[in-house]
Amino acid sequence: MAITVRSVKRPEHNFSERIYLVEVWKGLLITFRHLFVNLARHTVRALGVKSGQPGAVTIQYPEDPAVLGHRARTRHRLLKRQDGSPRCTACLLCETICPAKCIHITAEDSPDVMVEKRAKTFDIDLGLCIFCGYCAEACPVDAIHMDANKVELSSYDRKSLIWTISDMMGDTPKDPAATT
Amino acid sequence: MNETLIQIIWLAVKVGFAVMFGLNIAGLLGWVERKQSAVMQDRVGANRADIFGITILGLFHPIADALKMLTKEDFVPAKVHKPFHGLAPVIALGFGMLCLAALPFGGTVSVAGRLWDLQPIASPVSLLFVLGLLSIGVHGIVMAGYASGSNYGLLGGLRAAAQMISYEVCLGAALAGAMFIYGTLDLQQAVIWQGHLIHGWLPAWGIFLQPLGFILFLTAGAAVTKRTPFDLPEGESEIVGYHVEYSGMKFGMFLMTDFIESIVISGIIVAVFLGGWQIPYVQLTGLVGGVLMVVSFSVKTLFILLLLMQIRWTLPRFRFDQVLDLGWKNILPLCLLNFIVTVWGVYLWR
Repeated sequence: MAITVRSVKRPEHNFSERIYLVEVWKGLLITFRHLFVNLARHTVRALGVKSGQPGAVTIQYPEDPAVLGHRARTRHRLLKRQDGSPRCTACLLCETICPAKCIHITAEDSPDVMVEKRAKTFDIDLGLCIFCGYCAEACPVDAIHMDANKVELSSYDRKSLIWTISDMMGDTPKDPAATT
Repeated sequence: MNETLIQIIWLAVKVGFAVMFGLNIAGLLGWVERKQSAVMQDRVGANRADIFGITILGLFHPIADALKMLTKEDFVPAKVHKPFHGLAPVIALGFGMLCLAALPFGGTVSVAGRLWDLQPIASPVSLLFVLGLLSIGVHGIVMAGYASGSNYGLLGGLRAAAQMISYEVCLGAALAGAMFIYGTLDLQQAVIWQGHLIHGWLPAWGIFLQPLGFILFLTAGAAVTKRTPFDLPEGESEIVGYHVEYSGMKFGMFLMTDFIESIVISGIIVAVFLGGWQIPYVQLTGLVGGVLMVVSFSVKTLFILLLLMQIRWTLPRFRFDQVLDLGWKNILPLCLLNFIVTVWGVYLWR
């Protein structure tokens, strides 16, 4: 195979670009504009005009809530059927595909004759989970989603990072920061 | 009261003011640097350090920085040359601070039947004094790199030596034209010369008489302070530079040196090109005049510092060969051209 030679054309500079001072001045104009516009916006808001534009595009995170996109992949959520029972049929596909091996399911017979099995326990160790989303993709009955839109999962011990079936269905509200 | 005693006390007060001026502005510049860069980049900047929940726009961060530097372990590696390692930051910072004492913060005012000279150290060669001490400060940087016993530090020191000695030449050459017009090497006399008006309306400031000299001196000055477009001696992304083996307050002193040198450069720019303590069209006399002189000088200095800070946060860093090319092949010939044109201009004018 022949060697591919690609000649890159150097950008040509005209005189004002080569003496650089004009370009420096253009750059300074941009940064000075940002400086004064943002200073004015900060001042307007500091004077109490809440409708003024914010002077910064950043979010002061712990004080202001983090804004997540609608499709952000976040904590798991288990879905229910119409009668309120979990949709999960304990097929173990999510447990099998999970690369981090953080899902642990034990199955039991379902009282519903149309369904063979149901999950007795369904634990996800969020300390191990890598948030790859394979479990949600693998699920044949659409029982697990990763759209709880909660990312504040930190905790003082590893044990409280293990979420059970009722936690993930929202039956028992769980405060992740609480120590057990 | 004894005449000599008054002179000594007044001198101590003036030098104390100069040192306080330098130290406080340098401390404040740490805050300005953070906030100015943050606001121009659409951010908020450091605002978390608080005392009892009060943050006042992050103004406590310099204090927190200083506390951290002072209480941090002063780690000295085993292979350094101990005396020089300790002496280097003292030389770098000390000679920078000495420069401040020769800046003309104000002229001479008559209050309470006496004449009070507001320049801390009056000297007929105060410009040479400042430039000379600024050059000695380079030795501190080179010494730091050499004494560190580290190749990275040595590389930084070598870069500092090459860059700063090149730009010291330009620094002097850029001022030659202005000094020829003023006919003096005394910063105070230069400021007084700039007090008159050309054609009755234009202040005879150096920036109007020597626009090229001003730009060249500003560039060379920015290079001497070794801050970002010219921060090759530090080069934190590749060699970490001359202060790689320093920690604690010794490192803090090097950080401080950059700020102090910025203040000195701004002070010289103000004294030589921006009319020093003069306020155009206003005759400054008496106590109020003296205060206004110092305020005028400080405001102009802060303005130049803001400009330097903005340049530091706007321009990308030069490559090392570009730095030396800019110094020797562009700025120095332009300085000499500027000087020759100025000399001919003055000769023909007269």
